[in-house]
Amino acid sequence: MTITEIRAQFPILNTQVYGKPLVYLDNAATAQRPEAVVDCWKQLVEGSNANIHRAVHHLAAQATDAYEGARDRVRSFLNASAREEIIFTSGATASINLLASSFGQVFVNQGDEVIVSACEHHSNIVPWQLLCERKGAILKVLEPEEDGLLSVQKLQTLLTPRTKIVAIAHISNVLGLVNPVKELVAVCHSAGIPVLVDGAQGVVHEKIDVQDLDCDFYAFSGHKIYAATGTGVLYGKKKWLEAMPPYMGGGEMIETVKFSGTTYAPLPMKFEAGTQNFNAVPTLVPALDFAESARESKEVQQEQKAILDYVYTALTENDQIVLYGSNRQARIPLFSFAVKGVHHEDLALILDKMGIAVRSGQMCAEPLMDYLGVTGLLRVSFAPYNTLEEAKYFIKSLNRAIEMLV
Amino acid sequence: MTLEEKKQEIIEDFSLYDEWLDKYEYLIELGKSLEPFPEEKKTEDRLIKGCQSRVWLDAEEKEGKLYFTADSDAIITKGIISLLISVYSGRTREEIAADDFGFVAEIGLKENLSPTRANGLVSMINTIKNLAENGR
Repeated sequence: MTITEIRAQFPILNTQVYGKPLVYLDNAATAQRPEAVVDCWKQLVEGSNANIHRAVHHLAAQATDAYEGARDRVRSFLNASAREEIIFTSGATASINLLASSFGQVFVNQGDEVIVSACEHHSNIVPWQLLCERKGAILKVLEPEEDGLLSVQKLQTLLTPRTKIVAIAHISNVLGLVNPVKELVAVCHSAGIPVLVDGAQGVVHEKIDVQDLDCDFYAFSGHKIYAATGTGVLYGKKKWLEAMPPYMGGGEMIETVKFSGTTYAPLPMKFEAGTQNFNAVPTLVPALDFAESARESKEVQQEQKAILDYVYTALTENDQIVLYGSNRQARIPLFSFAVKGVHHEDLALILDKMGIAVRSGQMCAEPLMDYLGVTGLLRVSFAPYNTLEEAKYFIKSLNRAIEMLV
Repeated sequence: MTLEEKKQEIIEDFSLYDEWLDKYEYLIELGKSLEPFPEEKKTEDRLIKGCQSRVWLDAEEKEGKLYFTADSDAIITKGIISLLISVYSGRTREEIAADDFGFVAEIGLKENLSPTRANGLVSMINTIKNLAENGR
Protein backbone atom coordinates (compact mmCIF):
# COMPACT_ATOMS: atom_id res chain seq x y z
CA MET A 1 0.00 0.00 0.00
CA THR A 2 1.40 3.40 -0.95
CA ILE A 3 0.72 6.55 1.07
CA THR A 4 -1.22 7.98 -1.86
CA GLU A 5 -3.43 4.90 -1.80
CA ILE A 6 -3.80 5.19 1.95
CA ARG A 7 -4.75 8.86 1.81
CA ALA A 8 -7.39 8.08 -0.80
CA GLN A 9 -9.12 5.93 1.81
CA PHE A 10 -9.55 8.89 4.18
CA PRO A 11 -11.79 11.49 2.54
CA ILE A 12 -11.53 13.74 5.61
CA LEU A 13 -7.90 14.43 4.76
CA ASN A 14 -9.08 16.54 1.82
CA THR A 15 -10.80 18.94 4.20
CA GLN A 16 -9.88 22.61 3.98
CA VAL A 17 -9.74 24.52 7.25
CA TYR A 18 -9.72 28.32 7.05
CA GLY A 19 -8.90 27.91 3.36
CA LYS A 20 -5.84 25.79 4.05
CA PRO A 21 -5.42 22.05 3.63
CA LEU A 22 -5.99 20.17 6.86
CA VAL A 23 -2.86 18.71 8.44
CA TYR A 24 -4.14 16.34 11.09
CA LEU A 25 -1.50 15.72 13.75
CA ASP A 26 -3.75 14.81 16.66
CA ASN A 27 -3.83 11.10 15.90
CA ALA A 28 -2.97 10.06 19.43
CA ALA A 29 -6.28 11.59 20.55
CA THR A 30 -8.24 9.84 17.82
CA ALA A 31 -7.32 8.51 14.40
CA GLN A 32 -9.40 9.14 11.30
CA ARG A 33 -11.56 6.36 9.88
CA PRO A 34 -10.88 4.80 6.49
CA GLU A 35 -13.75 4.29 4.05
CA ALA A 36 -13.78 0.55 4.75
CA VAL A 37 -14.68 1.26 8.39
CA VAL A 38 -17.42 3.70 7.46
CA ASP A 39 -18.78 1.27 4.85
CA CYS A 40 -18.74 -1.57 7.37
CA TRP A 41 -20.75 0.47 9.86
CA LYS A 42 -23.19 1.60 7.18
CA GLN A 43 -23.72 -1.96 5.93
CA LEU A 44 -24.40 -3.21 9.44
CA VAL A 45 -26.92 -0.48 10.19
CA GLU A 46 -28.64 -0.67 6.82
CA GLY A 47 -28.35 -4.36 6.17
CA SER A 48 -28.18 -6.39 9.35
CA ASN A 49 -29.29 -4.35 12.33
CA ALA A 50 -30.56 -6.71 15.02
CA ASN A 51 -29.67 -7.42 18.61
CA ILE A 52 -27.03 -10.08 18.82
CA HIS A 53 -26.93 -13.55 20.38
CA ARG A 54 -30.52 -14.00 21.50
CA ALA A 55 -32.93 -13.97 18.60
CA VAL A 56 -33.26 -16.84 16.11
CA HIS A 57 -34.08 -14.71 13.07
CA HIS A 58 -31.88 -14.14 10.04
CA LEU A 59 -30.77 -10.57 10.76
CA ALA A 60 -29.79 -11.45 14.31
CA ALA A 61 -27.66 -14.29 13.01
CA GLN A 62 -25.88 -11.92 10.61
CA ALA A 63 -25.31 -9.33 13.32
CA THR A 64 -24.04 -12.00 15.71
CA ASP A 65 -21.65 -13.38 13.09
CA ALA A 66 -20.26 -9.90 12.44
CA TYR A 67 -19.80 -9.24 16.15
CA GLU A 68 -18.21 -12.59 16.95
CA GLY A 69 -16.12 -12.35 13.79
CA ALA A 70 -14.62 -9.19 15.22
CA ARG A 71 -13.64 -11.15 18.32
CA ASP A 72 -11.75 -13.63 16.18
CA ARG A 73 -10.04 -10.78 14.33
CA VAL A 74 -8.95 -9.11 17.59
CA ARG A 75 -7.69 -12.46 18.86
CA SER A 76 -5.49 -12.91 15.81
CA PHE A 77 -4.39 -9.26 15.90
CA LEU A 78 -3.17 -9.62 19.49
CA ASN A 79 -2.15 -13.26 19.03
CA ALA A 80 -4.18 -14.20 22.09
CA SER A 81 -4.41 -17.93 22.66
CA ALA A 82 -8.22 -18.07 22.80
CA ARG A 83 -11.17 -15.96 21.64
CA GLU A 84 -12.67 -16.12 25.16
CA GLU A 85 -9.82 -13.92 26.29
CA ILE A 86 -11.13 -11.00 24.23
CA ILE A 87 -13.72 -8.88 26.07
CA PHE A 88 -15.43 -6.06 24.19
CA THR A 89 -15.84 -2.79 26.07
CA SER A 90 -16.58 0.81 25.10
CA GLY A 91 -12.90 1.77 25.11
CA ALA A 92 -9.61 1.49 26.98
CA THR A 93 -11.01 3.50 29.89
CA ALA A 94 -13.90 1.07 30.29
CA SER A 95 -11.50 -1.87 29.98
CA ILE A 96 -9.35 -0.60 32.82
CA ASN A 97 -12.33 0.26 34.99
CA LEU A 98 -13.68 -3.24 34.46
CA LEU A 99 -10.35 -4.73 35.44
CA ALA A 100 -9.76 -2.52 38.47
CA SER A 101 -13.24 -3.25 39.74
CA SER A 102 -13.47 -7.00 39.11
CA PHE A 103 -9.86 -7.92 39.74
CA GLY A 104 -9.74 -5.60 42.72
CA GLN A 105 -12.85 -7.04 44.27
CA VAL A 106 -11.19 -10.42 44.68
CA PHE A 107 -7.47 -9.83 44.70
CA VAL A 108 -6.88 -6.44 46.35
CA ASN A 109 -7.49 -6.02 50.07
CA GLN A 110 -6.70 -3.57 52.83
CA GLY A 111 -3.00 -2.75 53.01
CA ASP A 112 -2.27 -4.28 49.59
CA GLU A 113 -0.43 -2.29 46.95
CA VAL A 114 -1.13 -1.36 43.35
CA ILE A 115 1.61 0.13 41.16
CA VAL A 116 1.04 2.57 38.30
CA SER A 117 3.67 4.66 36.54
CA ALA A 118 3.98 8.45 36.69
CA CYS A 119 3.56 8.53 32.91
CA GLU A 120 0.03 7.12 32.81
CA HIS A 121 -3.06 8.56 31.21
CA HIS A 122 -5.71 9.44 33.82
CA SER A 123 -7.63 6.38 32.64
CA ASN A 124 -4.88 4.17 34.00
CA ILE A 125 -4.66 6.08 37.30
CA VAL A 126 -8.12 7.02 38.51
CA PRO A 127 -9.72 3.52 38.32
CA TRP A 128 -6.88 2.26 40.54
CA GLN A 129 -7.22 5.22 42.88
CA LEU A 130 -10.92 4.48 43.23
CA LEU A 131 -10.14 0.84 43.94
CA CYS A 132 -7.51 1.74 46.55
CA GLU A 133 -9.92 4.14 48.27
CA ARG A 134 -12.60 1.46 48.32
CA LYS A 135 -10.30 -1.23 49.68
CA GLY A 136 -7.93 0.75 51.84
CA ALA A 137 -5.09 -0.27 49.54
CA ILE A 138 -2.03 1.80 48.64
CA LEU A 139 -1.30 3.24 45.20
CA LYS A 140 2.43 3.36 44.49
CA VAL A 141 4.01 5.34 41.68
CA LEU A 142 6.75 4.09 39.37
CA GLU A 143 8.80 7.02 38.12
CA PRO A 144 10.48 6.92 34.70
CA GLU A 145 14.22 7.11 34.11
CA GLU A 146 15.80 10.41 33.10
CA ASP A 147 15.23 9.59 29.41
CA GLY A 148 11.49 8.98 29.94
CA LEU A 149 11.45 5.18 29.83
CA LEU A 150 10.19 2.88 32.55
CA SER A 151 12.90 0.59 33.83
CA VAL A 152 13.19 -2.81 35.44
CA GLN A 153 15.60 -1.35 38.03
CA LYS A 154 13.13 1.21 39.35
CA LEU A 155 10.23 -1.23 39.22
CA GLN A 156 12.14 -3.79 41.27
CA THR A 157 12.60 -1.33 44.14
CA LEU A 158 8.81 -0.89 44.37
CA LEU A 159 7.68 -4.51 44.30
CA THR A 160 6.79 -5.99 47.69
CA PRO A 161 4.89 -9.08 48.84
CA ARG A 162 1.84 -6.78 49.13
CA THR A 163 1.94 -5.76 45.44
CA LYS A 164 -1.17 -7.19 43.75
CA ILE A 165 -1.03 -5.72 40.26
CA VAL A 166 1.14 -3.41 38.15
CA ALA A 167 -0.54 -1.17 35.54
CA ILE A 168 1.66 0.51 32.94
CA ALA A 169 1.40 2.05 29.50
CA HIS A 170 2.94 0.29 26.54
CA ILE A 171 3.59 3.75 25.07
CA SER A 172 2.94 6.91 27.09
CA ASN A 173 0.48 9.18 25.28
CA VAL A 174 2.68 12.12 26.21
CA LEU A 175 6.24 10.86 25.85
CA GLY A 176 5.76 8.62 22.81
CA LEU A 177 8.33 6.08 24.00
CA VAL A 178 7.88 2.30 23.74
CA ASN A 179 8.40 0.93 27.23
CA PRO A 180 10.29 -2.37 27.67
CA VAL A 181 7.05 -4.10 28.55
CA LYS A 182 8.28 -7.64 28.09
CA GLU A 183 11.11 -7.13 30.59
CA LEU A 184 8.84 -5.32 33.04
CA VAL A 185 6.31 -8.15 32.85
CA ALA A 186 9.03 -10.75 33.44
CA VAL A 187 10.18 -9.00 36.60
CA CYS A 188 6.63 -8.83 37.95
CA HIS A 189 5.98 -12.45 37.09
CA SER A 190 9.09 -13.59 38.91
CA ALA A 191 7.37 -12.15 41.98
CA GLY A 192 4.01 -13.66 40.99
CA ILE A 193 2.44 -10.27 40.21
CA PRO A 194 0.12 -9.80 37.20
CA VAL A 195 0.51 -6.85 34.81
CA LEU A 196 -1.98 -4.74 32.88
CA VAL A 197 -0.57 -3.04 29.82
CA ASP A 198 -2.49 0.05 28.70
CA GLY A 199 -2.13 -0.35 24.96
CA ALA A 200 -4.18 2.65 23.82
CA GLN A 201 -1.14 4.02 21.98
CA GLY A 202 0.90 0.83 21.81
CA VAL A 203 -1.58 -1.10 19.71
CA VAL A 204 -1.44 1.58 17.02
CA HIS A 205 2.33 1.56 16.61
CA GLU A 206 3.65 -1.82 17.65
CA LYS A 207 2.99 -5.32 16.46
CA ILE A 208 1.34 -6.85 19.51
CA ASP A 209 1.81 -10.43 20.59
CA VAL A 210 0.29 -10.80 24.04
CA GLN A 211 1.70 -14.30 24.39
CA ASP A 212 5.19 -13.07 23.68
CA LEU A 213 4.81 -10.04 25.98
CA ASP A 214 3.23 -12.44 28.45
CA CYS A 215 1.21 -9.61 29.98
CA ASP A 216 -1.86 -10.69 31.93
CA PHE A 217 -4.11 -7.94 30.59
CA TYR A 218 -3.93 -5.63 27.59
CA ALA A 219 -6.41 -2.79 27.04
CA PHE A 220 -7.05 -0.63 23.99
CA SER A 221 -9.61 1.61 22.30
CA GLY A 222 -10.98 1.07 18.81
CA HIS A 223 -11.15 4.72 17.80
CA LYS A 224 -7.40 5.28 18.09
CA ILE A 225 -6.81 2.42 15.67
CA TYR A 226 -9.27 3.58 12.97
CA ALA A 227 -12.39 1.73 14.22
CA ALA A 228 -15.69 3.31 15.25
CA THR A 229 -15.84 5.21 18.54
CA GLY A 230 -17.34 3.38 21.47
CA THR A 231 -15.40 0.21 20.80
CA GLY A 232 -12.67 -1.19 22.98
CA VAL A 233 -11.00 -4.35 24.11
CA LEU A 234 -9.79 -5.92 27.29
CA TYR A 235 -7.57 -8.89 26.69
CA GLY A 236 -7.07 -11.04 29.76
CA LYS A 237 -5.50 -14.40 30.40
CA LYS A 238 -8.23 -16.95 30.89
CA LYS A 239 -7.03 -17.98 34.35
CA TRP A 240 -7.49 -14.40 35.61
CA LEU A 241 -10.74 -13.67 33.80
CA GLU A 242 -12.24 -16.87 35.15
CA ALA A 243 -11.24 -15.95 38.70
CA MET A 244 -12.75 -12.46 38.43
CA PRO A 245 -16.41 -11.72 39.27
CA PRO A 246 -18.62 -9.97 36.67
CA TYR A 247 -18.33 -6.19 36.44
CA MET A 248 -21.88 -5.29 35.49
CA GLY A 249 -24.99 -7.40 35.77
CA GLY A 250 -27.79 -7.89 33.27
CA GLY A 251 -28.33 -8.95 29.70
CA GLU A 252 -26.33 -11.81 28.25
CA MET A 253 -23.87 -12.17 31.11
CA ILE A 254 -26.01 -14.71 32.93
CA GLU A 255 -26.50 -18.44 32.81
CA THR A 256 -29.61 -18.63 34.99
CA VAL A 257 -31.26 -15.95 37.09
CA LYS A 258 -33.14 -16.94 40.24
CA PHE A 259 -33.95 -14.91 43.32
CA SER A 260 -32.14 -17.61 45.23
CA GLY A 261 -28.99 -16.84 43.25
CA THR A 262 -27.73 -16.16 39.72
CA THR A 263 -25.08 -18.06 37.82
CA TYR A 264 -23.01 -16.40 35.18
CA ALA A 265 -22.34 -17.07 31.55
CA PRO A 266 -18.92 -18.42 30.59
CA LEU A 267 -16.23 -16.14 29.13
CA PRO A 268 -16.35 -13.81 27.34
CA MET A 269 -20.06 -13.10 27.86
CA LYS A 270 -19.64 -12.94 31.63
CA PHE A 271 -18.12 -9.48 31.14
CA GLU A 272 -20.42 -8.24 28.38
CA ALA A 273 -23.56 -7.13 30.21
CA GLY A 274 -26.34 -5.30 28.44
CA THR A 275 -26.81 -4.63 24.75
CA GLN A 276 -23.43 -4.50 23.11
CA ASN A 277 -22.29 -1.92 20.57
CA PHE A 278 -22.98 -4.39 17.79
CA ASN A 279 -23.10 -1.84 14.97
CA ALA A 280 -19.64 -0.57 15.83
CA VAL A 281 -17.64 -3.53 17.14
CA PRO A 282 -17.42 -5.25 13.70
CA THR A 283 -15.66 -2.13 12.33
CA LEU A 284 -12.65 -3.40 14.23
CA VAL A 285 -12.19 -5.92 11.41
CA PRO A 286 -11.53 -3.47 8.54
CA ALA A 287 -9.77 -1.15 11.02
CA LEU A 288 -7.29 -3.77 12.16
CA ASP A 289 -6.86 -4.99 8.58
CA PHE A 290 -5.93 -1.45 7.62
CA ALA A 291 -3.62 -1.00 10.62
CA GLU A 292 -1.78 -4.19 9.76
CA SER A 293 -1.32 -3.49 6.07
CA ALA A 294 -0.24 0.11 6.78
CA ARG A 295 2.26 -1.15 9.31
CA GLU A 296 3.64 -3.68 6.84
CA SER A 297 3.92 -1.18 3.98
CA LYS A 298 7.57 -0.46 3.16
CA GLU A 299 6.67 3.02 1.94
CA VAL A 300 4.85 3.83 5.17
CA GLN A 301 7.74 2.51 7.25
CA GLN A 302 10.19 4.70 5.33
CA GLU A 303 7.98 7.77 5.52
CA GLN A 304 7.32 7.32 9.25
CA LYS A 305 11.04 7.00 9.88
CA ALA A 306 11.74 10.07 7.76
CA ILE A 307 9.08 12.03 9.71
CA LEU A 308 10.49 10.84 13.02
CA ASP A 309 14.05 11.82 12.08
CA TYR A 310 13.04 15.15 10.62
CA VAL A 311 10.79 16.29 13.47
CA TYR A 312 13.11 14.96 16.18
CA THR A 313 16.05 16.84 14.69
CA ALA A 314 14.07 20.04 14.13
CA LEU A 315 12.72 20.07 17.68
CA THR A 316 15.96 19.12 19.44
CA GLU A 317 18.17 21.50 17.43
CA ASN A 318 16.04 24.48 18.41
CA ASP A 319 17.25 26.05 21.68
CA GLN A 320 13.82 27.54 22.34
CA ILE A 321 12.21 24.10 22.40
CA VAL A 322 12.27 21.49 25.14
CA LEU A 323 11.28 18.00 23.97
CA TYR A 324 10.12 15.69 26.77
CA GLY A 325 11.24 12.07 26.86
CA SER A 326 14.76 12.38 25.49
CA ASN A 327 15.22 8.73 24.50
CA ARG A 328 15.71 8.55 20.76
CA GLN A 329 15.64 4.83 20.10
CA ALA A 330 12.32 3.95 21.67
CA ARG A 331 10.46 6.87 20.10
CA ILE A 332 7.43 6.66 17.86
CA PRO A 333 6.43 9.68 15.72
CA LEU A 334 4.74 11.40 18.66
CA PHE A 335 6.32 14.46 20.24
CA SER A 336 5.35 16.52 23.28
CA PHE A 337 7.27 19.71 23.82
CA ALA A 338 7.32 23.18 25.28
CA VAL A 339 8.55 26.42 23.76
CA LYS A 340 10.34 28.62 26.26
CA GLY A 341 8.38 31.73 27.20
CA VAL A 342 5.40 30.72 25.03
CA HIS A 343 2.12 29.25 26.22
CA HIS A 344 1.24 25.95 24.54
CA GLU A 345 -2.31 27.08 23.98
CA ASP A 346 -1.23 30.13 21.98
CA LEU A 347 0.82 27.91 19.71
CA ALA A 348 -2.07 25.49 19.23
CA LEU A 349 -4.43 28.34 18.33
CA ILE A 350 -2.10 29.80 15.74
CA LEU A 351 -1.24 26.40 14.26
CA ASP A 352 -4.98 25.75 14.00
CA LYS A 353 -5.38 28.85 11.85
CA MET A 354 -2.58 27.50 9.67
CA GLY A 355 -4.65 24.34 9.16
CA ILE A 356 -2.70 22.15 11.58
CA ALA A 357 -4.55 20.16 14.24
CA VAL A 358 -2.34 19.60 17.29
CA ARG A 359 -3.08 18.90 20.93
CA SER A 360 -2.25 21.28 23.76
CA GLY A 361 -2.66 21.05 27.50
CA GLN A 362 -2.20 18.28 30.00
CA MET A 363 -3.23 15.47 27.65
CA CYS A 364 -5.07 13.63 30.42
CA ALA A 365 -1.80 13.13 32.27
CA GLU A 366 -1.78 15.76 35.01
CA PRO A 367 0.52 13.78 37.32
CA LEU A 368 3.08 13.51 34.51
CA MET A 369 2.83 17.27 33.91
CA ASP A 370 3.50 17.84 37.61
CA TYR A 371 6.40 15.40 37.46
CA LEU A 372 7.87 17.26 34.47
CA GLY A 373 7.17 20.62 36.16
CA VAL A 374 5.00 22.05 33.37
CA THR A 375 1.39 23.27 33.21
CA GLY A 376 0.90 21.73 29.80
CA LEU A 377 2.63 20.82 26.56
CA LEU A 378 2.05 20.83 22.84
CA ARG A 379 1.76 17.42 21.21
CA VAL A 380 1.94 16.30 17.59
CA SER A 381 1.27 12.67 16.70
CA PHE A 382 1.62 11.23 13.22
CA ALA A 383 -0.33 8.43 11.51
CA PRO A 384 0.48 6.36 8.40
CA TYR A 385 -1.50 8.82 6.25
CA ASN A 386 0.73 11.71 7.30
CA THR A 387 3.58 12.70 5.01
CA LEU A 388 7.06 14.13 5.41
CA GLU A 389 5.78 17.15 3.50
CA GLU A 390 3.19 17.71 6.24
CA ALA A 391 5.89 17.35 8.88
CA LYS A 392 7.94 20.02 7.12
CA TYR A 393 4.93 22.31 6.87
CA PHE A 394 4.32 21.78 10.57
CA ILE A 395 7.89 22.74 11.53
CA LYS A 396 7.79 25.79 9.26
CA SER A 397 4.45 26.86 10.74
CA LEU A 398 5.68 26.24 14.28
CA ASN A 399 8.66 28.50 13.70
CA ARG A 400 6.43 31.19 12.29
CA ALA A 401 4.06 30.89 15.27
CA ILE A 402 6.99 31.17 17.68
CA GLU A 403 8.17 34.31 15.87
CA MET A 404 4.71 35.84 16.27
CA LEU A 405 4.56 35.03 19.97
CA VAL A 406 8.04 35.73 21.27
CA MET B 1 -14.42 58.39 23.83
CA THR B 2 -17.83 57.00 24.68
CA LEU B 3 -18.41 53.29 25.11
CA GLU B 4 -20.15 53.15 21.74
CA GLU B 5 -17.34 55.03 20.00
CA LYS B 6 -14.72 52.75 21.52
CA LYS B 7 -16.59 49.64 20.42
CA GLN B 8 -16.94 51.06 16.92
CA GLU B 9 -13.22 51.74 16.81
CA ILE B 10 -12.42 48.13 17.66
CA ILE B 11 -14.88 46.81 15.11
CA GLU B 12 -13.15 48.96 12.50
CA ASP B 13 -9.71 47.84 13.63
CA PHE B 14 -10.72 44.23 13.28
CA SER B 15 -12.24 44.76 9.86
CA LEU B 16 -8.84 45.86 8.55
CA TYR B 17 -7.67 42.27 8.65
CA ASP B 18 -9.08 39.61 6.37
CA GLU B 19 -7.27 36.67 7.87
CA TRP B 20 -7.66 35.40 11.38
CA LEU B 21 -3.95 34.94 11.62
CA ASP B 22 -3.58 38.71 11.22
CA LYS B 23 -6.27 39.28 13.83
CA TYR B 24 -4.30 37.08 16.19
CA GLU B 25 -1.23 39.19 15.53
CA TYR B 26 -3.28 42.22 16.50
CA LEU B 27 -4.43 40.48 19.70
CA ILE B 28 -0.86 39.39 20.47
CA GLU B 29 0.31 43.00 20.15
CA LEU B 30 -2.50 44.10 22.46
CA GLY B 31 -1.47 41.40 24.91
CA LYS B 32 2.16 42.41 24.81
CA SER B 33 1.37 46.08 25.40
CA LEU B 34 -0.87 45.44 28.39
CA GLU B 35 0.32 47.21 31.52
CA PRO B 36 2.23 44.91 33.87
CA PHE B 37 0.06 43.28 36.49
CA PRO B 38 1.65 43.05 39.95
CA GLU B 39 2.62 39.50 40.98
CA GLU B 40 1.01 39.94 44.41
CA LYS B 41 -2.33 40.53 42.74
CA LYS B 42 -2.24 37.12 41.06
CA THR B 43 -4.43 35.59 43.73
CA GLU B 44 -7.01 32.86 43.59
CA ASP B 45 -9.93 35.28 44.01
CA ARG B 46 -8.81 37.33 41.00
CA LEU B 47 -8.51 34.25 38.79
CA ILE B 48 -11.30 33.94 36.23
CA LYS B 49 -12.81 30.50 36.43
CA GLY B 50 -13.55 28.59 33.24
CA CYS B 51 -10.47 29.58 31.22
CA GLN B 52 -7.99 26.98 30.05
CA SER B 53 -5.08 29.32 30.60
CA ARG B 54 -4.88 31.41 33.76
CA VAL B 55 -6.47 34.87 33.59
CA TRP B 56 -6.49 37.36 36.46
CA LEU B 57 -8.77 40.38 36.54
CA ASP B 58 -8.83 43.18 39.07
CA ALA B 59 -11.10 46.23 39.31
CA GLU B 60 -10.72 49.48 41.22
CA GLU B 61 -13.33 52.15 41.57
CA LYS B 62 -12.28 55.81 41.24
CA GLU B 63 -14.76 58.70 41.16
CA GLY B 64 -17.63 56.41 40.29
CA LYS B 65 -15.82 54.64 37.49
CA LEU B 66 -14.36 51.17 37.29
CA TYR B 67 -10.78 50.65 36.18
CA PHE B 68 -9.69 47.16 35.22
CA THR B 69 -6.27 45.57 35.17
CA ALA B 70 -5.57 42.02 34.00
CA ASP B 71 -3.01 39.42 33.07
CA SER B 72 -2.78 35.95 31.58
CA ASP B 73 -0.04 33.38 31.06
CA ALA B 74 -1.22 32.90 27.46
CA ILE B 75 -0.64 35.86 25.18
CA ILE B 76 -3.70 35.60 22.92
CA THR B 77 -5.93 35.32 25.97
CA LYS B 78 -4.09 38.31 27.37
CA GLY B 79 -4.84 40.16 24.14
CA ILE B 80 -8.52 39.30 24.45
CA ILE B 81 -8.80 40.48 28.05
CA SER B 82 -6.79 43.56 27.09
CA LEU B 83 -9.32 44.28 24.35
CA LEU B 84 -12.20 43.91 26.79
CA ILE B 85 -10.72 46.15 29.45
CA SER B 86 -9.76 48.81 26.89
CA VAL B 87 -13.48 49.03 26.18
CA TYR B 88 -14.87 48.82 29.69
CA SER B 89 -12.22 50.51 31.84
CA GLY B 90 -13.19 53.99 32.93
CA ARG B 91 -16.92 53.34 32.59
CA THR B 92 -19.54 53.54 35.30
CA ARG B 93 -21.03 50.41 36.84
CA GLU B 94 -24.38 51.30 35.22
CA GLU B 95 -22.85 51.61 31.76
CA ILE B 96 -21.15 48.25 32.00
CA ALA B 97 -24.13 46.47 33.54
CA ALA B 98 -26.41 47.80 30.81
CA ASP B 99 -24.10 46.78 27.97
CA ASP B 100 -24.83 43.60 25.99
CA PHE B 101 -21.20 42.95 24.96
CA GLY B 102 -22.55 42.47 21.45
CA PHE B 103 -19.44 43.92 19.82
CA VAL B 104 -17.62 40.68 20.68
CA ALA B 105 -19.98 38.87 18.34
CA GLU B 106 -19.62 41.61 15.72
CA ILE B 107 -15.89 41.12 15.44
CA GLY B 108 -16.47 37.35 15.31
CA LEU B 109 -14.17 36.73 18.22
CA LYS B 110 -16.13 34.05 19.98
CA GLU B 111 -16.81 32.06 16.80
CA ASN B 112 -13.14 31.99 15.94
CA LEU B 113 -11.91 30.65 19.21
CA SER B 114 -11.70 27.02 20.18
CA PRO B 115 -14.71 25.95 22.28
CA THR B 116 -12.62 26.03 25.46
CA ARG B 117 -11.38 29.54 24.68
CA ALA B 118 -14.88 30.65 23.73
CA ASN B 119 -16.05 29.48 27.16
CA GLY B 120 -13.15 31.40 28.64
CA LEU B 121 -14.28 34.52 26.81
CA VAL B 122 -17.79 34.11 28.19
CA SER B 123 -16.28 33.76 31.67
CA MET B 124 -14.27 36.96 31.18
CA ILE B 125 -17.39 38.87 30.10
CA ASN B 126 -19.42 37.48 33.01
CA THR B 127 -16.68 38.42 35.47
CA ILE B 128 -16.57 42.01 34.19
CA LYS B 129 -20.38 42.22 34.41
CA ASN B 130 -20.38 40.73 37.89
CA LEU B 131 -17.77 43.16 39.10
CA ALA B 132 -19.89 46.01 37.76
CA GLU B 133 -23.14 44.72 39.20
CA ASN B 134 -22.01 43.40 42.55
CA GLY B 135 -18.57 44.81 43.23
CA ARG B 136 -15.92 42.47 44.55
